[in-house]
Amino acid sequence: MPASPFAAIGRSSRLTVRALRDTEAWAPQLLAQMRRLGVASIPIALFIAVFTGIVLALLASYIFTGTVPMYFVGALVGKTVMMELGPVLTGMALAGRVGANIAAELGTMKVTEQVDALETLAWDPRSYLVVPRVLAATLMFPVVTAFAMGIGVIAGWITSVNLLDLSTPEFTKGLRSFYQFKDIWFGLVKAASFGAAVALIGARRGLATGGGAAGVGRETTRAVAEGCMAILVLDAFWALVLL
Amino acid sequence: MIRLDDLHKAFGPREVLRGVALEVPEGSSTVLLGRSGSGKSVPLKRTVGLMRPDQGAVWVDNREVAALDHDELNLLRREIGYVFQFAALFDSLTCAGNLRLALQRQRLDPDEAERRIAEALAMVGLAEAGERHPAELSGGMRKRIGIARAVVLRPRYILWDEPTTGLDPVTTATMDQMMLRVREELGVTSVIVTHDLGSAFKVGDRVALLHEGRVRATGTPAEIRASDDPVVRQFIEGRPE
Repeated sequence: MPASPFAAIGRSSRLTVRALRDTEAWAPQLLAQMRRLGVASIPIALFIAVFTGIVLALLASYIFTGTVPMYFVGALVGKTVMMELGPVLTGMALAGRVGANIAAELGTMKVTEQVDALETLAWDPRSYLVVPRVLAATLMFPVVTAFAMGIGVIAGWITSVNLLDLSTPEFTKGLRSFYQFKDIWFGLVKAASFGAAVALIGARRGLATGGGAAGVGRETTRAVAEGCMAILVLDAFWALVLL
Repeated sequence: MIRLDDLHKAFGPREVLRGVALEVPEGSSTVLLGRSGSGKSVPLKRTVGLMRPDQGAVWVDNREVAALDHDELNLLRREIGYVFQFAALFDSLTCAGNLRLALQRQRLDPDEAERRIAEALAMVGLAEAGERHPAELSGGMRKRIGIARAVVLRPRYILWDEPTTGLDPVTTATMDQMMLRVREELGVTSVIVTHDLGSAFKVGDRVALLHEGRVRATGTPAEIRASDDPVVRQFIEGRPE
C-alpha cells in the first residue's frame, strides 16, 4: 500500500534530521564543496554579469532618451541587476554548472555502486554526499550572486560613461536615489533558495540514476531542466512574498 | 552464521528468486553458483541491507536484517566486508583514502588505523599503491584494493560479488589465492557469488547451485562435481540448453 503524503513527509523529515546530525560525514567536506561549487563558478557568473550590465545600460538609454532623465539609467541598472537579473541569471548559469555537476557525479557513483559501497561502510549517502553539497550551494550561491551584482552594476556604469552621454555623478545619482538595502538582501535570499533547490534536485536526480551512462546523461539533463524551472518558480514565490 | 530464508525477488515481471533457502555455517566459504542474471547477488545485497526482498528474510547471527533499525544495521555492516564486482572504489579518493574512509566509522586511534591500512594493502600485494587513485590502476588491481577495503575492517564475514568476473586466467588465479589467504589469515566466513566454476571449486568448501530462482543443489565441491542431477551436470559441463 502506498504511504500517505503525511507519512512520506514525516519519513523524509526524519531522514533529513538524521543526515544533518551526522556532522562527521558532511562537515569535513563542506569547505571543499564550497570551493568547488561556489568559488569555481565565479568566472561564469561574472561573465554573465558584465554583459547583463552592458545591455541593461544600453537598453535603459534607448528607452529613456527624450522621455525620462538619463540619470535613471543608474537606477534601472542597479535595481534590475540587484533584484532580478543578478540572482536569476546567475542561478540559471549555476543550475547548469552546479546542478549538472552534482547529478552527473552522484549518478556515476550510483551506477558504479560507489553509493552502495558507502552504505556498506556504514555511511549514509544523504549525510556524506547530499548534505555537504546542498549546504555549500545554499551558502555559496549568494556569494557568487553578490559578486555578479557588483560587477553587473560596474559594467553598467562603465558602459554609461563610455558609450552614453552620462557622467559618473549622474549614474550614481540614479543608483542612489532608488536604492534600498532590501534590494540586496532580497536578491541574496533568492540566491540562497536557488542554491538549495538546484543542489537538492541535482542530488535527487543523481541518486535516482539507473541504467549506466545513458541513465547518467538522462538524469543530468533532467536535473538542469528542473533546476531552471525551480528557479523561475522560486523567483515568482519570493516576489509574491517579499515585495 | 548467515541464513537465507525463503527469499523471493522480482525485477518487474521477471521473478529471479523464488524461495532461496541456504545456510552459511560459521567459518565456511560458501559459493553460490548460478548463471548470469540468475539473481545470485540479491542475497548478498540483502545481507548488508542494500536491497529488500519481496518476501523472506536474511538472518545474520540470529539478527533478522529487515528488523534492524538504522543504527543496528550500521553495527552489523561493521562486521561485514563487501567486495563489489567492479570494486566500487571511491574515485575521488586515493587507495589509502578508500581504506581510511572504511575505517573512519570504527573510531580507531589514527596510528592504529594507518597500521591496519598498510597491512591490508600489503596483504593484497599493493603496499606501494596507497597514494595512487583508482583511475591509475588496472581492473585487477582495483579489485585487490576493493578486497583490501573489505579486510581492513577485520570483518567476521566477507561477501564476494563475482570476484573473478572479467579477469584474465592469471589474475583470476591470483584472486583465488587472495580469497584463500584472507580466509586463512582472518578466519572469516565467506559467501562467494560467481559463475566461474574453476574458482568456485578452488575457494569454496561448500557450493550451492542456484537454478530458476531456487537452490538446486548444495554440497562440497567433490559432491557437486560428482552430482548426477542433469541441471548440475549441464552447468558443470557448460552445455547449451
